[in-house]
Amino acid sequence: MKYAYYPGCSLECSSAAYDLSVRAVADLLGIELREIDDWNCCGATEYFTQDELTACAVIARNLALIEPQLNQVVAPCAACYLNLKKVDNLMQQDPTLADKINQCLAAGQLHYDPGRVRVRHLLDLIHTDIGEEAIKDKVVQPLTGLRVACYYGCQIVRPYKGDDPEQPTKLDELMTWVGAEVVDFPVKAHCCGGHMTQISEPQAFELIRRLLQNAAEYRADVILCMCPMCQLNLDAYQNRVNSFFGTNYQIPIIFFTQLLGVAFGLDWKKLGFGKEIIPAEPVLRRKLTAPAATA
Amino acid sequence: MAERVGVYVCHCGSNIAGMVDVEQVARWAGANLKDVVVSRDYKFMCSSLGQAMIEEDIKKEGLTRVVVAACSPHLHEKTFRRACENAGLNPYLCQMTNLREHVSWVSKDRDKATEKAKALVSAAVERVKQQAPLEPFFVKVNPATLVIGGGIAGLQATLELADAGYPVYLLERSPSVGGHMAQFDKTFPTLDCSACILTPKMSEAGQHPNVTLLTYSEVEEVSGSVGHFRVKIRKKARFVEEDKCTGCGICVEKCPRKVVDEDFEAGLGYRKAIYTPFPQAVPRIPVIDVNSCIWFERQKCRACEKLCPTNAINFEQKDEVITLDVGNIIVATGWKMFDCRKISQYGYGRLANVFTALEFERMCNAAGPTGGKIVLRDGKTEPQSIAIIHCVGSRDSNYNEYCSGICCMAALKFGHLVLERTKAEVYSFYIDMRTNQKGYEEFYHRLLEEGMHFVRGKVAEVTDAARRPEEAGKLIIQVEDTLLGKQRRIPVDMVVLMGALEPQADAKELGLKLGISCSMAGWYTERHPKLDPVATMTDGIFVAGACQGPKDIPASVAQGAAAAARVMGMITKGDVMIEPVVASIVEEKCSGCRICNNLCPYNAIEYDSEKQVSRVITAMCKGCGTCVAACPAGAITGAHFSNEQVFAEIEGILWDAIHGNGGQIKSEQAVSA
Repeated sequence: MKYAYYPGCSLECSSAAYDLSVRAVADLLGIELREIDDWNCCGATEYFTQDELTACAVIARNLALIEPQLNQVVAPCAACYLNLKKVDNLMQQDPTLADKINQCLAAGQLHYDPGRVRVRHLLDLIHTDIGEEAIKDKVVQPLTGLRVACYYGCQIVRPYKGDDPEQPTKLDELMTWVGAEVVDFPVKAHCCGGHMTQISEPQAFELIRRLLQNAAEYRADVILCMCPMCQLNLDAYQNRVNSFFGTNYQIPIIFFTQLLGVAFGLDWKKLGFGKEIIPAEPVLRRKLTAPAATA
Repeated sequence: MAERVGVYVCHCGSNIAGMVDVEQVARWAGANLKDVVVSRDYKFMCSSLGQAMIEEDIKKEGLTRVVVAACSPHLHEKTFRRACENAGLNPYLCQMTNLREHVSWVSKDRDKATEKAKALVSAAVERVKQQAPLEPFFVKVNPATLVIGGGIAGLQATLELADAGYPVYLLERSPSVGGHMAQFDKTFPTLDCSACILTPKMSEAGQHPNVTLLTYSEVEEVSGSVGHFRVKIRKKARFVEEDKCTGCGICVEKCPRKVVDEDFEAGLGYRKAIYTPFPQAVPRIPVIDVNSCIWFERQKCRACEKLCPTNAINFEQKDEVITLDVGNIIVATGWKMFDCRKISQYGYGRLANVFTALEFERMCNAAGPTGGKIVLRDGKTEPQSIAIIHCVGSRDSNYNEYCSGICCMAALKFGHLVLERTKAEVYSFYIDMRTNQKGYEEFYHRLLEEGMHFVRGKVAEVTDAARRPEEAGKLIIQVEDTLLGKQRRIPVDMVVLMGALEPQADAKELGLKLGISCSMAGWYTERHPKLDPVATMTDGIFVAGACQGPKDIPASVAQGAAAAARVMGMITKGDVMIEPVVASIVEEKCSGCRICNNLCPYNAIEYDSEKQVSRVITAMCKGCGTCVAACPAGAITGAHFSNEQVFAEIEGILWDAIHGNGGQIKSEQAVSA
């Protein structure tokens, strides 16, 4: 299975662990990821607030750069996924806009035919294209006894029609396949605050607190993320939230691909563990007593 | 001999005259169209003066054909045909053309509209000259009626007809008649006990000498037409012989298999594998559910058979298909509740103490699974606070756009029952309070007095994710209170979802069998939304109750009685007139290819294997013309839609293309000059 791969800026730096674990897990599952040559930033949420055509053109450039023999692109970051999908959709629905975007692209000798590439989120790809049987086959270290809260965030659930946007379940199912104990997490599709931390800390911290509180109430050992923004907010701001509210949460926040890698028995260093601020390794070591060799 | 045609152009007040120069059209037709001897315009052609004018012209001018250019023939074709008949002209020599719905109401340019009106008048004139006098024929009306659906609307219709002395077959899909009303505890706004007012009607229907109950049965096929329908009905195997069973109930008592009752108890209670849905069921004859019976699962048990004192249990029973002949059919198939699981943010199916309105009805019912106690899902804890959410799946463009109509009142009723029986606080989350029938608004005010809390706003979410200590262990209602202009979080113990009323899942399928149509939302379409609310476009088939749209009990009963009255009218008259607009086959031309046999949507063509020709059963033919178009030999003609008539109409509409300005038809300038 070959897919174009759009890592996005976050995966180069703050979410390097996501990139590492995505590549390691994809490799093991036989997913060939072909990184788009010379890709650029998707503009996150900011560009769209300035100028629609510019924002679209910046994003469409990445779609146009995809090799002609590939017809699917996977973006692990929720914002990248949403932006790529949005622009492809806008171009399909509005031929005038599509023409304008292609005029912009022509400056770089590029062109994109709307609908040529199907934009996929990594979770959907692993859940649907790989499927239950193949995943279960690869498990060497079942995650028995590990209580995970599956956090979807708000960006991937809306444009994607294959799951319930209010109470999605695909990651829950995936984690059950690898033996983890999925806790109830009613706020699983609520907002993490996004860039609100830069604008108004009290507002952002309250949103983060609600998520941590809910996970703690259900005694989750870790919170799994699939969006760099969510992971950053919950992990990097956890101690600041604690001092702001006088709480004492210490919940490791990791990417779902990291935990999949653990279940598949991959080398923890290659999965990017140790880059998170609230350390995940002690919790995982304590919970996953059965060593890989005997599993 | 040339025909003498009269043309009558109606102003319809300003409805037509506002957009079409009707005087010019009339003048033009009189001056230009061949064989037109009289051409007039008039303010309201359908008035008695307008009709008298036509009648007088027929007599004085010796008209042999009449064209009325006015509104849709749906509205006034009968009027003008009758006027012609009064003056001694065959009614099928009168042709209407529609200048209102087809021209003035849909046009913006007066000149173009006037030109179009002329073309249509020309078409009608050319056509009417080709028309032939036809004689309608009559069929006897079978006095028996089939009522489909044994809820309150169907029961009412059944009893009205039976009491008037006519035989009725009452068909019901489930094992007992009674419908949704049998599930309810109290009825709004007077709070009379639902069972107390319903069960007398049920037992009356069960014992009435004129009523044949067909429970646990479904419609398989419908043929024939008004006056003489033939209906095939599948009587599902009960595995209990109806003539032997006395309804003693020993089988139900001794059956060892208990299963959750998803139908009558809405999943809140249990029933046995052999069961009657509820104690007052009519008939009292139980059925065996093959999906839960131990015998059908693993060929063991048969306890019911051993213990039945009258040997009524018969495990060998098979479905039986019976055929009924009836003159009219009343459809009263009711509604089903919206699947509240679809709105996942309200948590039904995920959060234990979220209930549907039907579950709550059963809980309030003294004969229900909790004996009328309002308790949480654990079956014992009385809630301290209850939230009732309105418009779940209705007034919501994601699900159903329509208002379900009854839910506001049902929610108020629930509020009253809770306040009467518990110490709980009750919150109603509504968008608009809709209480617009007799005594309803007063009931709303009563609840305001009784202390029910009303919050205007659509609930965003029901969650168990607590943010504050006082929310722990509760269900939290997140809502924008649009009167306060504030977001609120209200912790409660129990949530009741007022699910929308939806058409039955197989409403369209039954509609196809009957030849009646559904609205976009799936409700059966009445003949006219205001003036003919219980008839359908198919003669002899009537609708009553919630299958035609969301309705409460009083409205359903009124419609049941109205449908029965319409049927009685048909029966009393004794015969119905059948339009002579039917197809006929010229036997000499028919090759017996039988292409038309299967195409006919009304099964109105039979095949004579001896003569090897097809033949139209005139009483069943609707004159749709499908066979006429399909016949490769051109052996079929449709009366009133012959090739000559249709081609003449086309030539008429293309008058300017055929004759041009230099042709026989003079331009407007030439006329006025």
